[in-house]
Amino acid sequence: MNASLKKIWAVLYKDIITEVRTREIIVSVLVFSLLVIIVFSFAFGVNRAVIEAVAPGILWVAFAFAGVLALNRQFIPEKENGCLEGILASPISREALFFGKMLSTTLFLVAVEVIIIPVFALLFDVAVIDPKIILVTIMGTIGFAAVGTLFSALAVNTRAREMVLPVLFLPVVVPVIIAAVKASESALSGGDWGDISSWLLIIGAFDIIFITVPYLIFNYIVEE
Amino acid sequence: MRILGSKVSYGLLGLTAVAVLVSLVMIFIVVPTEATMGIIQRIFYYHVPVAWVAFLAFFVVLIASILYLWKRKRKWDVIASASAELGVIFTSLVLITGSIWAKPIWGVWWTWDARLTTSLVLWLIYVAYLMVRASIGEEEKAARFAAVVGIIGFVDVPIVALAIQLWGTQHPGAVIFEGGLAPVMLATLLISLLAVTSLYALLLVQRVSLRNDELRLDDIKRRIEMIREEGNG
Repeated sequence: MNASLKKIWAVLYKDIITEVRTREIIVSVLVFSLLVIIVFSFAFGVNRAVIEAVAPGILWVAFAFAGVLALNRQFIPEKENGCLEGILASPISREALFFGKMLSTTLFLVAVEVIIIPVFALLFDVAVIDPKIILVTIMGTIGFAAVGTLFSALAVNTRAREMVLPVLFLPVVVPVIIAAVKASESALSGGDWGDISSWLLIIGAFDIIFITVPYLIFNYIVEE
Repeated sequence: MRILGSKVSYGLLGLTAVAVLVSLVMIFIVVPTEATMGIIQRIFYYHVPVAWVAFLAFFVVLIASILYLWKRKRKWDVIASASAELGVIFTSLVLITGSIWAKPIWGVWWTWDARLTTSLVLWLIYVAYLMVRASIGEEEKAARFAAVVGIIGFVDVPIVALAIQLWGTQHPGAVIFEGGLAPVMLATLLISLLAVTSLYALLLVQRVSLRNDELRLDDIKRRIEMIREEGNG
């Protein structure tokens, strides 16, 4: 394994160990996104036609809210315990920190989604367990995690940190949410790969840009 | 640079005043009423230039943000923050004039159309930009973080536009570049464009010099505080 991959792995491994020991992020995010889904089902009524029309929307709103919650837990504990200074003092580059944190966020969100999607399919009897929806979900989650990691590191240094993150994060991830909802909608209504390819392209473009740009400017956020 | 003290400011003030007057005469007296939309179409001559200036303002934020991160000169941050404030104001004006125009023509104040949604997202991103600035006490850190948001925010907008374009648009396209405008209408639009752009430039120069004065005042206050503490100690 080459040196920078090893460092990225070190950050990721640290986050995984912390998560395994505290179960702070996955459990709270899971419960929260289930609650979002339940609240939406009450709000819209459980009419079959309504559920089919709003199912992808509900799913992605749940993921977006879950993303905000998980991202808030990425840097706030580090800051509270003075761990961020420790990481910055260690011989790990800012880039490795960015990718490590981004991967751990992606991993935690995917872990939550792996549970949420089957539960969703069960509760509402919609065919969301589908390779197209799974691919869209993973690609969307990468975009969420990339731009979210940058803003999470930024928000933690502001006074109203829990509020700054969603206010920054949600407008910027709007294209992913739109594209993911549209792609899921078309997959749910029986569309094939050709129908969702243009939406996948949008999410892919977003992923590439929002991994590259935050990677380039991340060190301006964490410099002391 | 003093507020309204420099030749640049007076020049811009004069240009803005003349251009605004001429454009108002053009809009309300010279230009004929548009055939299908009627009187409401006259809002076009300010709606389009204001939209253009909003975009220009955010482009200035992008450039000044990049220059700030690169050179670390306070002046770039001052320009970026001033331009972001103006951009938010001009975007608000675009959304308001657009709604006033949309109500009689489309029958609704708002529709989730590509152009409209992008403008709203743009507005939200730069409101967040101003919030980030306001919620950081340290001046240097606020500047650094704001620059990061200024860059990401501008990069995001073409992607939003691309994403939403796919589900169709109701807003008319670039009529100006397609030559679909009568010469007198084009002339009016260009004069309004000049008026609004020079208004933006004037406000930017004023805001920058005001901000510089604020910063200078802060420095003086800090120095007085230091001298006082030395006197006590």
